[in-house]
Amino acid sequence: MKKLETFGIKPHDASLKTDGQQWSLMEKLLLGLTLDQYIGQAFRNKFNWILAIIFTIGIPVILYRFVFSLGAITHGSYDYPWGLFLGFGLFCMVPLSASGFMLGTTVEIFGRHDFEPIERLALLNGLLGYFFAVVYLLVDLGQPWRLAYPMVYSFGPAAVLFLVGWHVATYLSVQVMEVSTAFFEWIGFQRGYDFIRKGTIGLTVSGIILSTLHQGALGALFLYAPGKVHPLWYSSAFQWIHFFVSSIPAGLCMVICVSTIVIYTMKWRCDQKFIDNLDWITIALAKGAAMGLSTYLIIKLLAVAHDNEWAYITTGWGAWWLLEIIGFVVLPLVILSYGIHHKLVGLCRIGAFLTVAGIILNRLNTALIAFNWQLYQEIPHYLEFIVAITIFAIYVATYRFILARLPILYKFKAQADE
Amino acid sequence: MSKITRRKFLAASAAGGTAMMMAPTKKAFAAGSFEGFPDGMGVLVDLTRCVGCRTCEAACNLEQKLPAPAKPFDDFSVFDEIHHGQKRRTTDKAYTIVNRYEPKDADKPLYRKIQCNHCNEPACLTSCFVNAYKKTPEGAVIYDSHVCVGCRNCMIACPFHIPAYTYHSVLNPVIKKCIFCYDTRLKEGKPPACVESCPQQVMTFGKRKDLMKIAHDRITKNPGKYVDHVYGEKEVGGTGWFYLSNVPFEEAGFDVNLPKKPIIDNVKDFLAIVPIVLTVWPALFTGFHLLATKGKSHGHGDDHSHDEQEGH
Repeated sequence: MKKLETFGIKPHDASLKTDGQQWSLMEKLLLGLTLDQYIGQAFRNKFNWILAIIFTIGIPVILYRFVFSLGAITHGSYDYPWGLFLGFGLFCMVPLSASGFMLGTTVEIFGRHDFEPIERLALLNGLLGYFFAVVYLLVDLGQPWRLAYPMVYSFGPAAVLFLVGWHVATYLSVQVMEVSTAFFEWIGFQRGYDFIRKGTIGLTVSGIILSTLHQGALGALFLYAPGKVHPLWYSSAFQWIHFFVSSIPAGLCMVICVSTIVIYTMKWRCDQKFIDNLDWITIALAKGAAMGLSTYLIIKLLAVAHDNEWAYITTGWGAWWLLEIIGFVVLPLVILSYGIHHKLVGLCRIGAFLTVAGIILNRLNTALIAFNWQLYQEIPHYLEFIVAITIFAIYVATYRFILARLPILYKFKAQADE
Repeated sequence: MSKITRRKFLAASAAGGTAMMMAPTKKAFAAGSFEGFPDGMGVLVDLTRCVGCRTCEAACNLEQKLPAPAKPFDDFSVFDEIHHGQKRRTTDKAYTIVNRYEPKDADKPLYRKIQCNHCNEPACLTSCFVNAYKKTPEGAVIYDSHVCVGCRNCMIACPFHIPAYTYHSVLNPVIKKCIFCYDTRLKEGKPPACVESCPQQVMTFGKRKDLMKIAHDRITKNPGKYVDHVYGEKEVGGTGWFYLSNVPFEEAGFDVNLPKKPIIDNVKDFLAIVPIVLTVWPALFTGFHLLATKGKSHGHGDDHSHDEQEGH
């Protein structure tokens, strides 16, 4: 794309062409390039080659799972019924996608319209994260075609998973509506856009409700396994609060990470307003994340104190727990605070990446590593890793496909510039 | 201005209300403390009597029409099997298994039969989001495979590591576990196959409350023989199958750190906040919105569509 720009070619970014003509759908999909130009740039992009390699290996494995059963690509463990697909796919993707409701709240509820340049990115990040969490779930479920059973056929309302299922489904539709404004703009459906915008407050508020509950509910799922999760990662009183509170820095930092990647790799798609505002927005988001992290740190320690589990700290598990807390909560907190104080965007970004890694580590610890701590450790089957990586690659590819087209990083113009 | 505000407020509350209705409001909670059906049946297992003959395993295999095992039921080398450092456990092909333990101060090994304990308030049941499990009045915890989605939350929840899953089935993977021979025997008041087959009368079948008396009688009438504890009387809210032992239960492989209350009690704190969030949040955040945007033009509207200028 960079190369094309030097030839004076601009990507599609307005509802009308310079000569006042409508864009056709095909032209929109090709970003306003000719087919040859589009294919040319797609082949030049090295990242596409990496994706191609992942897909060539991974997609057959996913098909293999559906033809030869879940037992063919996992250890089929009775003691570790939840492997990487849920441990990473569900428990990590969902908190990292908490960005949607947080930026929605900031902009729409608190009226901080100065955060608007990043709002749509945060909403999209939320939508895609949830959507792909469901994709991971579909691969993991024994009978994925029965996914809708808890909604329409057989109800288990006392179960936490029932709440998670309902909320993720409802919230996914809320997010589709929130992001649809960008789609309606792009496709040129003004009435749809106006209709959705009218319900913004309602959608945002329901987003907050649903997010509070299901982010917490993911933690509450582990309350069913009091003896199985190591006490340092388990707290009957605090589990859901831990998961909810940590989703705040998780979501905010994920937006920082994504925007960082975007500004370095897709700058052609960002409009001037996004580029100009990104630095202070990054610092502002880092500020929110730092506050979230410090709260999280306090309640993590509080939970250990509440159940009087200090004795565990001196064990091997304690060392592992300390690594998580010091290396991935305290350290990013220090980095973020320093970055915020001295207005160092780069440092804030490093802190954000570290925070995201910390959230992933925490969820994997709870769901897999410190799970069944009294039994044995299980390393997931290598095909499970391949499938998890492939789905993540599909997520990245979809993310990029949408960012390149819909007015997420740029503002849609009425007519293209000369 | 005030007119607009009021209309906005109403619109927003209506939207919030709709959102609330979209969210599931029907969080029916499991009843306060369920102590099991009054006439529920149970089984008292006296570990001191078991000689590890595995007849019960064979009887279960036959009754439940399970596939033939890798090693025949008279092969006692299975007691030496170790997987991942663990002794054998129930699988989708074996609903009950017997393991051998070597307690510290005992001169002979101790055998323990493992199967579903048929909890009074089962964790599997309360964790299931499609209500596939059922505690029958006869005392069995049974499972309906036709509604099972295959999330395997019950396997996470079971404190005894009982439910197994047919991972290798492509089209119809299901949970497999002991069902107290409900379909073929318990329903008609008959004891399960394993109990009936036991040559040592390790297991006594009867009403749970009667059996509990017998268990305590045995402890008092044989001073020094048993550990003064009936495992399963209080554990996770009480189980339909419970145990007497002459050695401390942890030496027979039991988890002695289980809570005395049902597993669902852990989760109730969380479930209790659900209605609060559902009721308070809409009003709270709509209120925040009105406060935060007070005096400003209600900017959310068309900020994206028509380029330029930001209200604030």
